[in-house]
Amino acid sequence: MTTHNDEHLGELLRLLPPAPAAWVTAAQELPLARVQLDALVERAEVDAAFRASVVADLEMAIRASGVEPSPVVVEHLRKLLSR
Amino acid sequence: MVVAQDVEPSDADLVARCRRGDRDAWDALVVRFSRYVYAIATQAFRLPQHDAEDVFQDVFTKSFERLGSLRSDDAIRPWIGQLTRNCCLDHLRASGRIVLVEEPEDRAADDAIARLDEAITVRESLEHLGEECREVLDRFFCRDESYRTIGEELGIPAGTIASRISRCLGHLRADLEGRNAAAPPSSGQVTT
Repeated sequence: MTTHNDEHLGELLRLLPPAPAAWVTAAQELPLARVQLDALVERAEVDAAFRASVVADLEMAIRASGVEPSPVVVEHLRKLLSR
Repeated sequence: MVVAQDVEPSDADLVARCRRGDRDAWDALVVRFSRYVYAIATQAFRLPQHDAEDVFQDVFTKSFERLGSLRSDDAIRPWIGQLTRNCCLDHLRASGRIVLVEEPEDRAADDAIARLDEAITVRESLEHLGEECREVLDRFFCRDESYRTIGEELGIPAGTIASRISRCLGHLRADLEGRNAAAPPSSGQVTT
């Protein structure tokens, strides 16, 4: 960095707007839940009855796998199951 | 000089705490680098929001999983930058939008990332300022809020905001110049 005039500082500050808050929350929560959710989805892919029970009550399925079913986690599981 | 009352933990402190399973440290680390990752995906690689969100989550998941492989806790910023770059390229390749790595577009992305690196250095200095300056500069430049909105939100006369911004930019400049004078030359190979 060579010059620090006001215009240049302003331009650089403008380059870093906040990321959407929901993305940040998800990034904070999902890595911790990832292993359990992946296992849950993997089982749902090969066990139709299990998949039906998961889809019927996502929150309960998440809780049963040992993860707190926050809205972000529930939404992520919904997305994974719809792929 | 307006100086922050609370001292932010260093990148290395945050990384060390994350490795010990400190949930609060992980939350703080995500917040600290969220703008950087977002900007690389949306500005350097111009990904649409939906794709940028996938990359964003992928970067932080991989960061969480691979934190143990980071050679130096101080190197988290370039490490995350490189990880984000790789995730963006993987995403573009998977979607068939690029075939080769060393295309002119890719060099343009690297130039944009270099500029974002400069921006994040300024951002770090912003975090050293007091709450009053952090808020007004962030709202005006990063969140693109009007004088009127800033005045209403912070409870200060809109007519004083321009002078406050100018004064705070002066503090920011002083902090940056102090840091540049004290900083050792940077180096380092980054592996992700």
